[in-house]
Amino acid sequence: MALDADSQNGKAGWQVGRLLTGPFAVIGRAAIRWVDNLGASAIFLLLAFLKILRSKQLIKIVQQVYYIGARSTMIILLVSFFTGMVLGLQSYHALVKFGAQGALGTLVALTLVRELGPVLTAIMIAARAGSAITAEIGIQRISEQIDALDTMRIDPLRYLISPRITASIISFPLLTALFDIVGIIGGYVSSVLLLGANASTYVYRVQTSMDLKDITDGLIKAIVFAVIVSTVCCYQGYFTHMRTDSHGAKAVGLSTTSAVVLSCVLILVSDYVVTSLLI
Amino acid sequence: MESPLIEFKDVTKRFGDRSVLERVNLQIYEGQVTTIIGLSGSGKSVLLKHIIGLLKPDEGTILFKGKPLSEMKKSESAAKLAQISYMFQDNALFDSMTVYENIALPLRETTNLSKAEIGSRVMARIEQTELEDAAHKYPSELSGGMQKRAALARALVTDPRIVLFDEPTSGQDPVRKNAILGMIAQYQRKFGFTAILVSHEIPDVYFISNRILALYDRSIVFQGSPEELENFDHPFKDEVIRSLEGLQNELTGLYSKRQFKVMHHVQLTQTTNGATYCVAVFSLDDLDIIRTSAGYDVAQVAIRSLGIYIDKHFGAIGGFSTRRRSNEFVTVLPYSDLTEAESILKDFVKDFQEQGIHDVWTGARKQTSSAGCVEFTVLAGIAQGLPAADIDSVIDSAKSQQKEIARLRCDERR
Repeated sequence: MALDADSQNGKAGWQVGRLLTGPFAVIGRAAIRWVDNLGASAIFLLLAFLKILRSKQLIKIVQQVYYIGARSTMIILLVSFFTGMVLGLQSYHALVKFGAQGALGTLVALTLVRELGPVLTAIMIAARAGSAITAEIGIQRISEQIDALDTMRIDPLRYLISPRITASIISFPLLTALFDIVGIIGGYVSSVLLLGANASTYVYRVQTSMDLKDITDGLIKAIVFAVIVSTVCCYQGYFTHMRTDSHGAKAVGLSTTSAVVLSCVLILVSDYVVTSLLI
Repeated sequence: MESPLIEFKDVTKRFGDRSVLERVNLQIYEGQVTTIIGLSGSGKSVLLKHIIGLLKPDEGTILFKGKPLSEMKKSESAAKLAQISYMFQDNALFDSMTVYENIALPLRETTNLSKAEIGSRVMARIEQTELEDAAHKYPSELSGGMQKRAALARALVTDPRIVLFDEPTSGQDPVRKNAILGMIAQYQRKFGFTAILVSHEIPDVYFISNRILALYDRSIVFQGSPEELENFDHPFKDEVIRSLEGLQNELTGLYSKRQFKVMHHVQLTQTTNGATYCVAVFSLDDLDIIRTSAGYDVAQVAIRSLGIYIDKHFGAIGGFSTRRRSNEFVTVLPYSDLTEAESILKDFVKDFQEQGIHDVWTGARKQTSSAGCVEFTVLAGIAQGLPAADIDSVIDSAKSQQKEIARLRCDERR
């Protein structure tokens, strides 16, 4: 009987202990999983990076620059033009209150080159090309096409991943530069042509307020975002079959969603980190 | 004794809590066609994926030419992999590439061959698999059978020493099924590679296999020739083989070997003492020549037509037939002696020479638009058996008596 009582006390104690540590265990498991994924992504990126210079890569990189970069041009043109227009519009009405509309060019140019250009370009490419990358690689994974590459002695990291990461590193800065230029033109259209701000002042301020560091900092951010977006999207697609929450086509859908959401979050987080390092 | 090319020693594989392979032991020998049979979901594909290294065992050892895979250096593993091709159950063709690009992919990515050399090798495989019209189409534009052939062409384009076929005939009609098996058998003989198949197609795979491995309840319960499997006494035979093997051969509609033996046994038990029976063995000769010159489908339709013709003729007078090998048929004529049987065969030969052989070829030629010229020969032999005699020995005796009964000459086709 005494033994039973001891055993019951022990059981109750264990349950109380579990109740107290339970939430920490959940957080701990999530943290371990997160660190695990981070480490795996880093190794994934490193291995893919090491295979960039292997033979027969150039043509695949060019093809990916076309898919990721060239085919994103139209959407970047549209978004950058209207972003610039909105920025010009808002800035004009804000600055005119202080009689400081002369600073309009500075405000539009620096905002676009330092922040909005790299960030919005990366988010737009993540939404357009990143999601396509995840879905394509995910489908190749679940339909055993990646296994087929293995059996044909074709390294899937070299064949599928390296060209996409390289192409992103090439495309992101170029599209960011395009975003900056078209955005500044958009700002000119809304503030000068539509609202009547002084054209010479706008152009002069754009020219004089920016130095080379602003441009290079923006392009460095674009490269960082390229590495993040391409790695996250490729990684999510490549390991679609390892998902524990779903399988098959549903897993591809969830991987694609995760890839885009995670890319956007990491773009904003890394933007802060990189800015604080560069400033 | 010959040492195995691939050997599994106590291989166990689990996915989570579920054990798929449990202490599997098997041997695969060089230059043979080995078929792994078992029910769906029994772990046949998992077993195959261990051979190529897509999966690793949780316990046990896999040896390649006597060396454990786990102890191989990277270069040794790469050299091993270079000898192996794998044909996936669902083909695993790249859907964003054309058939030509799919077949060329391993050559483009793993060799330094010139574009022209790659082109000629790919086109050779495309012609051999009768995919000329589909070469520039995407996999989604092809039928299931054509996709299968494209996958087969891709698996063979690198001239591998070992080819693993995961359900190569699934989803095919009987003619196409036998055509694919015939193609595998012919390539295996021509190139001498080691073929390892996973298949459900009983008894069709027996015709091309040297060895059968039976996977049952997570372990290999049988290893041996198809003939040895017939005498294998195990629940596997009742639960698996009899459930997979129909009463009739899918291609020809003739009795399955098992049903044929049942019929023979019934006939023997009803026979009065001393009554004899006769066995006739028919063969379609030059099958490989038909396959090469007119295609695999044509060869299978010719076999089917011959089987149907034999069944129709002898079935009408109480005989029953089965397909014994890919190009061989056996007919039992109950309650007959050799004289009667020879007379019946004589009538058959007369009919067959006048009409049958042309019917066989007319059916087959519809499968091809090729203007090639084909000759083939049909052989027949007959022997008398006593109720006490083992039917296999009577069949062997009939086979040894075979002689030409009809020949289709080249000009007949024009």
